[in-house]
Amino acid sequence: MKAHIDWSLRHSEKKELSRASLAKIDELITQVPEGKHKTVLMSALHLAQIEFGWISIETMDYIAGLLKIQPIEVYEFATFYTMFHLDPVGKYVFEVCRTGPCMLVGSDDIISYIEEKLNIKVGETTQDGMFTLKTAECLGACGYGPMLQCRHKNHEFLTKQKVDELIEAYRSSKVE
Amino acid sequence: MKGRKLLLDKIGISGIETFEIYKKNGGYRSVEKALKSMSPEDVVEEVKKSGLRGRGGAGFPTGMKWSFLAKPEGVPRYLVCNADESEPGTFKDRYLMEHIPHLLIEGMITSSYALGSNLSFIYIRGEFMWILHILEKAIAEAYNNGYLGKNILGSGYDLDLRVMPGGGAYICGEETALLESLEGKRGNPRMKPPFPAVKGLWGCPTVVNNVESIAAVVPIVNDGGDAYAQIGIGKSTGTKLISACGNLARPGVYEIELGLSVEEFIYGDDWCRGIANGKKIKACVPGGSSVPILPHYLITKTASGENRLMSYESLADGGFLSGSMLGSGGFIAFDEDQCIVRNTWNFARFYSHESCGQCSPCREGTGWMEKVLNRLEHGEGNLRDIELLEEINKKIEGNTICPLGDAAAWPVAAAIRHFRDEFEWHVTNREESQTRNYGLCKEPVTA
Ligand SMILES: Cc1cc2nc3c(=O)[nH]c(=O)nc-3n(C[C@H](O)[C@H](O)[C@H](O)COP(=O)(O)O)c2cc1C
Ligand code: SF4
Ligand code: FES
Repeated sequence: MKAHIDWSLRHSEKKELSRASLAKIDELITQVPEGKHKTVLMSALHLAQIEFGWISIETMDYIAGLLKIQPIEVYEFATFYTMFHLDPVGKYVFEVCRTGPCMLVGSDDIISYIEEKLNIKVGETTQDGMFTLKTAECLGACGYGPMLQCRHKNHEFLTKQKVDELIEAYRSSKVE
Repeated sequence: MKGRKLLLDKIGISGIETFEIYKKNGGYRSVEKALKSMSPEDVVEEVKKSGLRGRGGAGFPTGMKWSFLAKPEGVPRYLVCNADESEPGTFKDRYLMEHIPHLLIEGMITSSYALGSNLSFIYIRGEFMWILHILEKAIAEAYNNGYLGKNILGSGYDLDLRVMPGGGAYICGEETALLESLEGKRGNPRMKPPFPAVKGLWGCPTVVNNVESIAAVVPIVNDGGDAYAQIGIGKSTGTKLISACGNLARPGVYEIELGLSVEEFIYGDDWCRGIANGKKIKACVPGGSSVPILPHYLITKTASGENRLMSYESLADGGFLSGSMLGSGGFIAFDEDQCIVRNTWNFARFYSHESCGQCSPCREGTGWMEKVLNRLEHGEGNLRDIELLEEINKKIEGNTICPLGDAAAWPVAAAIRHFRDEFEWHVTNREESQTRNYGLCKEPVTA
């Protein structure tokens, strides 16, 4: 992971990671004991998702090649962890927490509001490919709910008005 | 002195997230003291004396855990910090790492020295990616200032420290699942024994500790284990971070001295300031979603009428019949308008979603509980469903590889125990239950 993620690197047609990401993976491998490089798989997939938007089978095969492990080791791994999108997603993915503490302070209403506003259901992507709506389990922001995460950033204490502003800001590229 | 802080005392100092300001304000003293004037065994001894209990949820004495670490000749040992923080209601480790990252780094260095680890890891949940960057920055500063790397402070001790992200899986907070994940595998918990202290990361002896436990080692080494043990109450020594959420007037992360009364914590001006919008409290889950829920009449007083305190013992007073647990310190308050059936269903769905699927009682049982609670919540259940839930519970309890199964079963059992009337009302008043909530439960009449 780089100190500042460069979202402009992101390009879904690309098949190979940028030089910066490849260098990061090499660096991470030097930081673990010899022969234990499989440890870097998680970071490699995160980097791949930042650049490609989602993790395709081709991407998994590519990562397996990079780390010199079997493709199945990447498949079984990527399918276990919920942060990895295994299908194409929109430019911005909203992951709204739906767990108890957030529900107590109104996450259900926020989820329905986003559905209405973007005219999609949970799990769907808007026609223009801008937004995907997903729900997530507790994201460690329980005292600051309702909340959603998008591109590794939290948006907390959500209200309908804040949702409106957020969508507008993403649409007009005012935020990354 | 109720307001004493040992971990969050420096928060608010501008620039405290930088090495320079942190050091200027007394930071990294524990590393200097340990490396220059103490043997690793001395450090372990202070932690034992402190009475510190693991802050990740189970409350196991940290010093004892450390003394179990196997030390075979020529085999590396590892310290792994559990920063997976995913227990619903818990967001205290995040607060600490975001605001005072060097406290964790300092704790990791001092603790790694005590355990003889030359390569230590912080495993942080993937959804905290921005905090991973904060930690990486702090670690780079520590390297640049000679507190990490080779021959730290000329002591001859070498340590490398790495942060690794998770990928979104609650189960990776369980220590053996965490180790699997760190090795680049699915987070399936391991059969125990062997315990990580004997065979942990890559088969080597390993200690896994929560962020807050590691951070607490700093004041323990600075001021001595005895001084730490003076704080708190009984076997609940020291301070604890509590993340308060739900329908509270002032949710947030608070450092309390263990032994503070629950009443003061909920209603006191220095703490949560009561229930939001002037409502009444209906229930409370005091230690993260896995611990039993308490109805309003068992929150500030125990069943025997004593004041309930924020401590391991007092919150557990009454056992599972009328008590709960301090757990991870995820304090969730419910106001009078909340529906217990709905919340129980929500948590059941969480556990069903997060079960790793390895053992059938947990994989199938959590799925069934979710289904049955879903129909009760949506006015489609019957009275037999309540018994069915109790039966599923018994089949999960104690029959699984890791404690997630129990963590899923116990909250459901506790909700039915204290709120059976409300569950039954959802069956006997199906339509009404879809349009309004049940309200406060009645206090049982005791002789
Ligand atoms: C399902 C499950 C989830 C857990 N999640 C966490 C967690 O997010 N953070 C944590 O520190 N401990 C968690 N634990 C407890 C750890 O297994 C382990 O006991 C703890 O990290 C030990 O550290 P401590 O002794 O310092 O508390 C979890 C346990 C279980 C069974
Ligand atoms: S109890 Fe559940 S989470 Fe734990 S190992 Fe078994 S299936 Fe996995
Ligand atoms: S419940 Fe939503 S962040 Fe924890």
